[in-house]
Parts: sequence; structure tokens; C-alpha cells
Amino acid sequence: MGKQFKEKAMRCVFCAAACACIIAVLLICLFLFANGLPFFGKVDALSFLTGEKWKPTNGVFGILPMILGSLYVTGGALVLGAPLAILTAVYMVRFCPKRLYRVLKPCVALLAGIPSVVYGFFGLSALVPFVKETFGGNGNSMLTACILLAMMILPTIIQVAESAIRSVPESYYEGSLALGATRESSVFRAVLPASRSGILAAIILGVGRAVGETMAVMMVAGNQARMPAGILKGVRTMTVNIVMEMGYAADLHREALIATGVVLFVFILLINALFSVLNRRQTQ
Amino acid sequence: MDKLKIDHLDLYYEQFHALKDVNLTIQRNAIAAFIGPSGCGKSTLLKTLNRMNDLIPGCKITGEVKLDGENILAPDTDVNLLRKRVGMVFQKPNPFPMSIYDNICYGPRTHGVRGRARLDELVETSLRNAAIWEELKDRLNKSAMSLSGGQQQRLCIARALAVQPEVLLMDEPTSALDPISTAKIEELAMTLKEKYTIVMVTHNMQQALRISDQTSFFLLGEIVETGETERLFSKPRDKRTEEYITGRFG
Repeated sequence: MGKQFKEKAMRCVFCAAACACIIAVLLICLFLFANGLPFFGKVDALSFLTGEKWKPTNGVFGILPMILGSLYVTGGALVLGAPLAILTAVYMVRFCPKRLYRVLKPCVALLAGIPSVVYGFFGLSALVPFVKETFGGNGNSMLTACILLAMMILPTIIQVAESAIRSVPESYYEGSLALGATRESSVFRAVLPASRSGILAAIILGVGRAVGETMAVMMVAGNQARMPAGILKGVRTMTVNIVMEMGYAADLHREALIATGVVLFVFILLINALFSVLNRRQTQ
Repeated sequence: MDKLKIDHLDLYYEQFHALKDVNLTIQRNAIAAFIGPSGCGKSTLLKTLNRMNDLIPGCKITGEVKLDGENILAPDTDVNLLRKRVGMVFQKPNPFPMSIYDNICYGPRTHGVRGRARLDELVETSLRNAAIWEELKDRLNKSAMSLSGGQQQRLCIARALAVQPEVLLMDEPTSALDPISTAKIEELAMTLKEKYTIVMVTHNMQQALRISDQTSFFLLGEIVETGETERLFSKPRDKRTEEYITGRFG
């Protein structure tokens, strides 16, 4: 009886641990929607989402500049980072000598572990001057943010893409070689297409990371709350918008920021849903 | 006519001496079978013939393998061209996760064949040669993964034929298949030998007896005995061959 009781008790402990996780997510949802949704009763949702002006002190709340800012910065980071990350993953799985792999793998893991404020410092002291000297402008720009974010999403994409490529049966690679294809063409025409959904999942995870990144972006992006005007001009993302103004915002302004958070949250939800759909397809 | 001539071939995996002084001649337009217990080097020798062993780190080969008189183990051999000339069918059917049509076209496209009409024609001839055209002609755009194991294996044979090889290596091509599919593959091999030279590894001695012209018996990395199939099975010269084919070990 003692043994049975113990087993039951432990099961409860595990269940409680799992529930705590679920409850945390639910509480965040609840808080966000309870605080954010009333705002849409006071301000028209459409004008909030498509408004081009953000002047909280005058009661004008349009977050289109920030939505576009987030999209552009994320898109730019993907364009720069995703091909690099996928090629790195291909190299790590298919071409990398074992000894180099033993260095490369921990390096990628380390890249994932660096705090974003440290990335921010690097951006501020190295990338901003670099962009300023090479491309002009004052350096605090969309381009700088894209480059920095591209670096930050590298490890995410590399790690997921690596395991996706590794999970492709060796027989596809061998089958291709046996038909007289070169190693490169075997990788790109037989192995990569077979890991397509896993690689897409990796990219989506990278998007999630890029959309949510705040600190590092804030340190290099200029953060002007106006419609993005060019890659060498400053830009403000949704996350940055919240962080910069939450400290002093009150009343409707505060609610507008929480509503920005809701929009951001919906973005992330969509991205995660897409990720799990693709992940399911990969395992099938 | 000799298609392949293997001369004093030794193969090592790191320290392990996997093939010992192998000498063998394989006739053109015939089926050569390799039999023997597991781990005796049959598949290893087969993979040497299109240099798939190159993929294994620590694999060292000495000696010569001559394809039409040319040593394919020479360092300046174009391995990709060699593998085009010496095709391979694996133990487990391994179609690519794409359509039947694209599976067949994979090899030809790799070697620069372009144009819808040209590829259509290749798909049809290859599938016809692999005796699977009638079954698949209405579903060429379906995924190859939706086929049965036996169909997948014949598709893989068609895929190998599409690059117009001279030699076809088969590594236990029926060991993962049911008896009916096995019979179809055997029948296919018998017709294919008119155009190609076939080398087949098999665990199934009955299969070797049914379809091959020449059989080699492998034991512990050595070829114990090679001979015309019927002779080898009816009057084995070596005692170990006799013991193996009468089922006393292995």
C-alpha cells in the first residue's frame, strides 16, 4: 500500500508541475486580453491597426509604423540570416570534418546563449559605426537592426535545420549518389527537399525569435515612431514601442501599449501554430 | 566477354581485413550471384564495383577492378560517371519522397537531360524496361512513397535504368519483399541481362540457383569458390561450399 501511495503522490507532483506551465500561459493570455481588449471599445480597431500616426500625447494611436517596422526588420533578418543558417546546417551535417564539428557545434550553442543586451552592445559599438561608414546615414537604422537580428536568429535556425537534415534517411543520399549525382547535388536535390518541412519549421522559429526580440533592436534601430522611410533610416518595432513608453504611459496610452502587446501576441500565436503544423507534417 | 575483372583486391575497414585477395571475372550480359553468410564481404565487394565504399571513412582498397579494361579504382576515375555506368539497387527500396515521374527523371536530370518530351520518353522506356509501366502509367504524378514495397523496388530499378547504365548492382533486392514481388523482380532480372550485366548479392540460395549464370561463394572475406551456377550447386569443388549449400552452416 505504501508503494502505491508513493506512486500516486509522485504522479500528482508531476501533474502539478505540468499544470503550472499551462496555467502560466493561460494567465498571460487572460491578463493580456483582459487588459488589452477594452481598448478596442474606445478606439476603432481598424484605425488602430492601420493608422500611420502614433502621437499618444494627442490621443492618436496608429501602430501601422510599428507593425511594418517589425515586419521589415524580421523580413530583412530572414533574408540575411536564413540562407546563411541553412547552408551552415548543411555543412555541419554533410561536409564538416569531425574535428571542426566539435568546435562548430558548441559555437552555435554559445551563439544561442548570448544575452540579447550583449548582442545590443556589439551592435552599438561595432555594427552602428560600420553601417554609418559603409552605407551612410547615422548608423542607427533598419539595416543595422536586420544585420544584428540575422546574427541572433542564426543559432535557432541552424540547430533546428541541422536536426531536420540529419533526420533524412541516409538511403536518399546514397540513392542519389548511386545514380551518379555529385555530393553537392545529392544534398541539394535529394536531401534538402526531403527535409523541406523541417527547414521551414526552423525558419518559422527564427521568425518568432526575430519578431519578439526587443533589447538588441532598441539599441541599434533608431526607434523613431514614424512610417519606415528606407533601410538606412530609423525604425521602431512593436516590442520596442512597448518597452520605450510603458514606463511613463498612463490611462488610454497605457491601454494602447497593452493592445500593441495583444497584436504582437497574436502574431506569435500564428507563427507557433504554423510551426506545430509543419512539425507534425515532418514527423509523419 | 568479360565486363568486370577483379584482380588481387584487398579491402580494409580501419584494421579489419574485410576482403582478402579477391579475384573474379564477371561476364557481360549475364547474372553473377554472390552468396555466403552475413558479414562475409559480399555487399562490400558489390559496393566496391561502383565505389560506394568511398563514403565509409577508414576504408582502404588495394588491387584492381577493371570495367571494360579500365581500372575504376584509379584515383583519377570520375566517380560520378562510374556510378552512371554502374547502377545500383539497394536492399531496402529507397525511392525519393517525390512523384514517380520525378524519381525516374532524377538521374537523367542530374546528367543534363532536359526537355519535357525527352524526359517523358525516358520515363516510359525505363518503366517499361522495369515491367511496371502498365501498373503506374496512370499515376505518374503520385508520390512514390504511396507504392507497395515491391512496386517501390521495381521503381528503383527503373530509376537506375533511366541513366542508361551498363552494369546493374543489386544488393539483396528482394530480401524486404513478399514472394510474389520477389518472383517479379527475379523475372525482371532475367530479362534485363539481355541488355545489362547484373551482379546480385543474395541470401537466398534458391534465388541464385534460379536466376544466375555464375555464382561465387564468399566466406570470411574470401571467395571460396566461383563457378557456373548449376555446376557449383550440383558439384561443389570445395568442402566449405558443399557444407554451406547443403545447409550445414551459415
